Amino acid sequence: MTTLMEIRHVTKRYGGGRLSGEGMTALSNLSMTIDADRPSITAVVGESGSGKTTLARILLGLTPPTEGEVLYRGQDLTSLSGEQRRNFRREVQAVFQDPYEVYNPFYRVDHVLNTPVNRFKLAASRAEGRELIANSLRAVGLRPEEILGRFPHQLSGGQRQRIMVARAVLMRPRLIVADEPVSMVDASLRATILGSLRKLTDEMGISIIYITHDLATAYQVSDNILVMYRACVAEAGAVERVVKDPRHPYTRLLISSIPKVSTTRDWLADEGDETIRPIPGRDGCRFVERCPVAMARCATAIPPLYRTEDHRATACFQFDTSPELAAAEMGQVLVGATAS
Amino acid sequence: MTTDGMNTGDMNTGGMNTGAILRVERLRVGFDHPLGVVQAVDDVSFTLLANERLGLAGESGSGKSTMALAILRMIKPPGRIQGGAVYLDRTELSSLDQEAIRRVRLAGIALVPQGSMNSLNPVMRIRAQIADALADHRVVLSKAELATRVADLLRRVGLRAEVADLYPHELSGGMKQRACIAIAICLSPQVIIADEPTSALDVVVQRQVMETLARVQRDLGAAVILVGHDMGLMAQFVDRLGVMYAGRLVEIAPIGEIITRPRHPYTQMLISSLPSLEARGTMHGIPGLAPLLRDLPPGCAFHPRCPRADARCRTEKPAVRDLAPGQQVACHHA
Repeated sequence: MTTLMEIRHVTKRYGGGRLSGEGMTALSNLSMTIDADRPSITAVVGESGSGKTTLARILLGLTPPTEGEVLYRGQDLTSLSGEQRRNFRREVQAVFQDPYEVYNPFYRVDHVLNTPVNRFKLAASRAEGRELIANSLRAVGLRPEEILGRFPHQLSGGQRQRIMVARAVLMRPRLIVADEPVSMVDASLRATILGSLRKLTDEMGISIIYITHDLATAYQVSDNILVMYRACVAEAGAVERVVKDPRHPYTRLLISSIPKVSTTRDWLADEGDETIRPIPGRDGCRFVERCPVAMARCATAIPPLYRTEDHRATACFQFDTSPELAAAEMGQVLVGATAS
Repeated sequence: MTTDGMNTGDMNTGGMNTGAILRVERLRVGFDHPLGVVQAVDDVSFTLLANERLGLAGESGSGKSTMALAILRMIKPPGRIQGGAVYLDRTELSSLDQEAIRRVRLAGIALVPQGSMNSLNPVMRIRAQIADALADHRVVLSKAELATRVADLLRRVGLRAEVADLYPHELSGGMKQRACIAIAICLSPQVIIADEPTSALDVVVQRQVMETLARVQRDLGAAVILVGHDMGLMAQFVDRLGVMYAGRLVEIAPIGEIITRPRHPYTQMLISSLPSLEARGTMHGIPGLAPLLRDLPPGCAFHPRCPRADARCRTEKPAVRDLAPGQQVACHHA
């Protein structure tokens, strides 16, 4: 197995320092591996402020971690040579949340596609460049003749977001980091865009990190899932296991909170209100004051990830009879794309 | 309808009332555009019963938010209400003058607009923002009365009294949305219109906010119109659901009926576009794009995307037909 990207014990703190105290921990001791040989979609799910976007920025090399290493093909991102950095910039692509603000309204949409072709010299001639662009548009289910030559305002949000995916595909990447790619797109179009991401993995061998707050779309599209809670991984593993049989109390809460299209109306309870919750110090489980099964030790120690099954790890002391997961083992917990 | 809206002491007024509280009749809203009139709300009629929770679902641009604004006569140029009537109890709202309609807003029908949690004034404490709403409706209170009133409103939305002294940035998203609900109910409205009240919140917080809204509604004996596109939320919250497409109400039915037997093909597709947690690979998008409102296809506006479209659908606009009391559909095939 060759590793495309690996992050080891990555922590990111904002603020802090000698004068301003501890600062804010956005990501705490996270390790994960992206396999080069087994393309897959890994969803990173969590509420706002759980560290999802920080993880995306670290994987993309846009933010350096405070502690820990980010490795691309075995080499630390900070020590890449010019040529290696260029390769990294081509092989690891980003798709962001907002399909409106990424476009300059004065340029035709062709501009966002032509720029990388020229910058990375992807084509030997103009004709070849055009062919390349047309092919990547087709790969995401768009018809080039309906898209090229248009201005952004003439296209829908869904079309614009698919152009951003096409732009990423153009670079023949190995990994696409998609940060909330469908949250601003109408529900009826989400399935289509996520379907085209799925095709990229299955047909072109591109791995995808799908960052979202929406557990249901994560379940539909991904192979693996990382459930984040306040900068930490609560539970990770094969999506089918985690969603169908959640073990971490937070994953359970998350799944039970999703309103289902069903005639059984059990979603609204009239329990007491959870209002202001203090953010716990660094020395306890971050879920402790919401946790229905919290024990005394949960307030004083951070639970490590326990490997409860081959393809699942859970950061909860309830499972302390299972072996602790070493940083390098996260890659084994995550599965490759399941043939569908 | 009492337009004074100041008898807020009694929280249970209307609780036993089961008739229609709000009637919308043939409402039409258009926006003037150089290339023609954009028909944002096209001949929509429905009735909201007292204590009822009605959902309005549809894609962006289907006219659901415009309709919410039109009910309160809050459409601004270039938009205008072209026709139709809205009755709150027995009062026809278009017959009211500016001052009277201003008093109906908040006191009769309260709107929690989309993104309202981000429109709280950042330099005012929550107490002052609630006081503002009361003062605007000429509720004159002493300092002590105001403190009691604010504490009571906050308690009813599940917030502690101390929240009154906080600024919006000190509140979480869920708390801000509750503060907005507290403002909305400060004059005990008969109808609460909530436009995507939880679209910016996480699912766990969403459930808490919707529980708060449900409880507040029960306490007030008010009716609720929930505007949104999350069919899961609709299935769990509303009693009856209306589905809008290209400015028209294409189907309205009791929620159990509509999710088990959706009649309009668009409703069927809207339901199956929702990702399920039961089985993977069951999420289906709706092919094609929502039409341009100023250039609608002839006949049924949905026909280019509809699997059941035939020659008739391409030429003849389907009328809204009654199927049962409270249930209507506008489709030639339903």
